[in-house]
Amino acid sequence: MSKPVVATASLAGCFGCHMSLLDIDERILKLIELVEFNKSPIDDIKTFTKQCDIGLIEGGCCNSENVENLRLFRKHCKVLIAVGECAIMGGLPAMRNGIPVKECLEEAYLNCPTVDDNIIPNDDELPMILDRVYPCHEIVKIDYFLPGCPPRADLIWEALVALLTGKELNLPYEVVKFD
Amino acid sequence: MSTIQFTIDGKPCTGKSGQTIVEAAKDNGIYIPTLCHFEGLKPAGSCRICTVKVGGRFMAACTTPVTEGMVIENKTSELEDYRKAIIEMLFVEGNHMCPTCEKSGNCELQALGYRYMMFVPRFPYLFPKRELDASLPKIIIERNRCVQCLRCVRSMTTSDGKKIFGMVNRGGHIHINVDRELAKNMSDEQAQKAMDLCPVGSILKKEVGFVVPIGKRKYDAMPIGSEIEKA
Repeated sequence: MSKPVVATASLAGCFGCHMSLLDIDERILKLIELVEFNKSPIDDIKTFTKQCDIGLIEGGCCNSENVENLRLFRKHCKVLIAVGECAIMGGLPAMRNGIPVKECLEEAYLNCPTVDDNIIPNDDELPMILDRVYPCHEIVKIDYFLPGCPPRADLIWEALVALLTGKELNLPYEVVKFD
Repeated sequence: MSTIQFTIDGKPCTGKSGQTIVEAAKDNGIYIPTLCHFEGLKPAGSCRICTVKVGGRFMAACTTPVTEGMVIENKTSELEDYRKAIIEMLFVEGNHMCPTCEKSGNCELQALGYRYMMFVPRFPYLFPKRELDASLPKIIIERNRCVQCLRCVRSMTTSDGKKIFGMVNRGGHIHINVDRELAKNMSDEQAQKAMDLCPVGSILKKEVGFVVPIGKRKYDAMPIGSEIEKA
């Protein structure tokens, strides 16, 4: 029987959740025995080459590319998991949600003391910034949520193992945190 | 004071007349979650986290006194789900960015989120626009995190009894404000007291923060309420 296939993505995130996944230490050897990776920054596979069983999403949606990528993951993954605070509620990037986009761009590219070009980037190649940052479950259906900033390595590991083996998830208090 | 007999979830308990359900439950080693309530302050009954069922009716356990023969439902799946829903509502109706918050690990709202295993709120995030006020000498008022518990309003007064904090507006527009003149004269001790009273990170003492390392904060290792259940 072929192994379950896992794909991962970092949308509007800092890659901290991916780092936390690597933080499972030597269990990473067990993980490679358990699953095969497809589209993911971990193996640098850029496009989906097959249907996947589990998709791990880090980060929320702050631009059009994030939305497209997230929809692509929903299409290719049986189970989609929002990993970390940004994927669940927008996180740090969502701190701009109370500020109009125009003001954000002006502050970053025109009024900031360290800029000297004074141009707001506007190229067809660049993804369009959204009016606010959206949690993943406001864009597509998300099946499971793993909170934390980042989610503790033990939480990611336990959740993956529970999902792969069908065993009940029994989490110690210390591993579910929002920071 | 006369002794009162009552039950919580079928467990026989004793209390003193005049005690609230929350206080009496605590004396019997039973935790009823609270958020707006603070020991020593007159109960406000505003957050409804402590909702229990008595005789088929919902009641705020922080304001209701125990009476002889009272049959109280506390840890039922119905009540626990309602409580979780209240926590979720509080999370979505403010801007609670735990990873950036100075109160993280010591925050009662967050601790309740942990206790009730809130992985994601069932309600949509509102991302309200709230103002932060860092212009006062001793404290920062971060309204994004306020849960309108009124603890600061009820407790923080000057030596001559004037209230330093107050609520402005009503309903969804309600927010805390300060008497600026009184707040300017707050001492370091008062600033610390205000920060400690605030269950969330809405009142912060200036020039300190992130003092206790992750892993050693109040709710890092043990759930809120476990100290009552252990006793």
